[in-house]
Amino acid sequence: MPPFVAEVAQLVLNGIMAGTILAVPAIGLTAIYAVLRFPNFALASHATVGAFAGYVANVQFGLPIVPSVMCAFLAAGLAGVVSDEYVLKPFRAAGFITTAIASIALTIGIENLIRFGFGNELRGYDLPLMRDWRFWGLRVGPQQVQNLGIAAVAMALLFAFLAFTRTGKAMRAVADNPMLAAIKGINADVVARLVSFVGMGLAGLGGMLIGLDTTIDPLTGFRAILNVFAAAVVGGLGSIPGAVIGALTVGIGEELCLLFLSPDYRSAVGFTAILLVLTLRPRGILGARAY
Amino acid sequence: MENYLIAMAVSGCIYALMALGLNVIWGFAGMVNLGLIGFFAVGAYGTALTTLKLGFPMAAGMLTGTVLAAAAGAGVAMITARLRGDYLAIVTLGLAETIRVISSNTIWLTNGTDGLSNIAGPLRGQISPTQFNMLYLAFVATIVAVAYVLAERLRAAPFGRVLRAIRDDEQVAAVAGKDVMAFKIRAFAISAGAIGLAGALYAHYTSYIAPDLFVPLFTLYIKLALLAGGLGNNRGAVIGAFLIVFFLESTRFVIPLVPMISAVQGAALREILIAALLIVLLRYNPQGLVPERLPRLPVADAAPGKPQTI
Repeated sequence: MPPFVAEVAQLVLNGIMAGTILAVPAIGLTAIYAVLRFPNFALASHATVGAFAGYVANVQFGLPIVPSVMCAFLAAGLAGVVSDEYVLKPFRAAGFITTAIASIALTIGIENLIRFGFGNELRGYDLPLMRDWRFWGLRVGPQQVQNLGIAAVAMALLFAFLAFTRTGKAMRAVADNPMLAAIKGINADVVARLVSFVGMGLAGLGGMLIGLDTTIDPLTGFRAILNVFAAAVVGGLGSIPGAVIGALTVGIGEELCLLFLSPDYRSAVGFTAILLVLTLRPRGILGARAY
Repeated sequence: MENYLIAMAVSGCIYALMALGLNVIWGFAGMVNLGLIGFFAVGAYGTALTTLKLGFPMAAGMLTGTVLAAAAGAGVAMITARLRGDYLAIVTLGLAETIRVISSNTIWLTNGTDGLSNIAGPLRGQISPTQFNMLYLAFVATIVAVAYVLAERLRAAPFGRVLRAIRDDEQVAAVAGKDVMAFKIRAFAISAGAIGLAGALYAHYTSYIAPDLFVPLFTLYIKLALLAGGLGNNRGAVIGAFLIVFFLESTRFVIPLVPMISAVQGAALREILIAALLIVLLRYNPQGLVPERLPRLPVADAAPGKPQTI
């Protein structure tokens, strides 16, 4: 391959891998938005909770990556149910502005609970050192491929859950039309708890996957939150397939911008994507509920 | 000691200006701004760059900072005006984070994370530090007083009435012939301008700004100030700002007394307290110390049976 084509191909490949990982918390966010109808900024701290739960399982208890990732999902999911039940739920009647503000306060509170316990230093997971794989002039790390696999499996399980199980269908029904779902006897409270568990669990899983690529600290989730929102908004808030497409768009876009932009500015790419989409197509690529 | 007290009073005034600004959108119009600190940063960098790099006088710098912040506010309000309020929340938060990223990395302009120092202050260096502090306190107190009078005028004026109508029911306001979008954009620009001016005042007071001063926690402080004082009420905004400065400073003295914790844990504990306080106030006392009082509209008593003439 000519060098320029190889460079672009490498960036697209990196973008697909980053985008697949980003899709996991973005699905969590958009699922919570679809059912509970507010942008839950507490997602940031739950991603951090997951990353640290995975760290404890992996480094302190010596578990391999896959069981650690499950711990990350469970811990963040449980934290999500508890924080939603006791902190955010009472605000929902007061409207989404109050709830969004409360969720920002919640995220800073939880982040500092983690800081209180673990301190500010950067921590890394216990990973075997492996040589990158090379093919066709491209380069990819085995750990990245494993992360990609974990993200893909998690998403496949979620899609299967939503498509084939009774509970999954109930969740979709509430997202689609809460009143009709209530008439059909679906308990909205149960669905709300479930979506908090699954959504925040996915955020925690995503937080750990992001951490596997680099390091973790109490700000891991907050640094990622803008891109997570960008992915959800680009795909269309409330649409789960949209979140996947949005995450891939943001992931690949961020990498391709490296062709003409210094890497320091890559976190501004997500924000630019939000502004572009809101100006040109506020419903996002697949969403329906912007107005 | 007296310098410390004056410095806290100056902080109180700067917070009060921001709380007054936030009140225009949150209290009156029911709009959200989760990236308040971004507009503060725009004001601070606006004036710092205009005075340091372009050599303009301070007044021009502050004006530039204020106008830039107001323009940024109008921009985000314009992009999200037609959409549900959650998009405004996302965009304002994103703006603040993006400004932090840009100011941390555009080293040729903002000196990156090292920040900009030696920002001029009125007569700084020519008078003693205590005199400078007193002078600056008088200066910001005057600005807060003017802002308070303006905000009160705004509240009582038809403009404020329309904003409250939009807050309570956007559709009704639109049906009454009000251009809801234009009102929202103007309110947001006024609010962002006031916050930007506060940022400019801060920059000239401390003479030093850096990206890591502009953290999201700061946005919570101002929300907390407004909630404690009373949402929708200008007097409450000013009172709340001084209360929050007092609270923040007292935690500075109390937390080190907690045994067996490190400095990082102390800082974390302080932020947990602030977040918890905001959640508790938001939930149990959204009215604040000084509840909003709606101006009474003069309505003549209609005598029974007679058609009313207005």
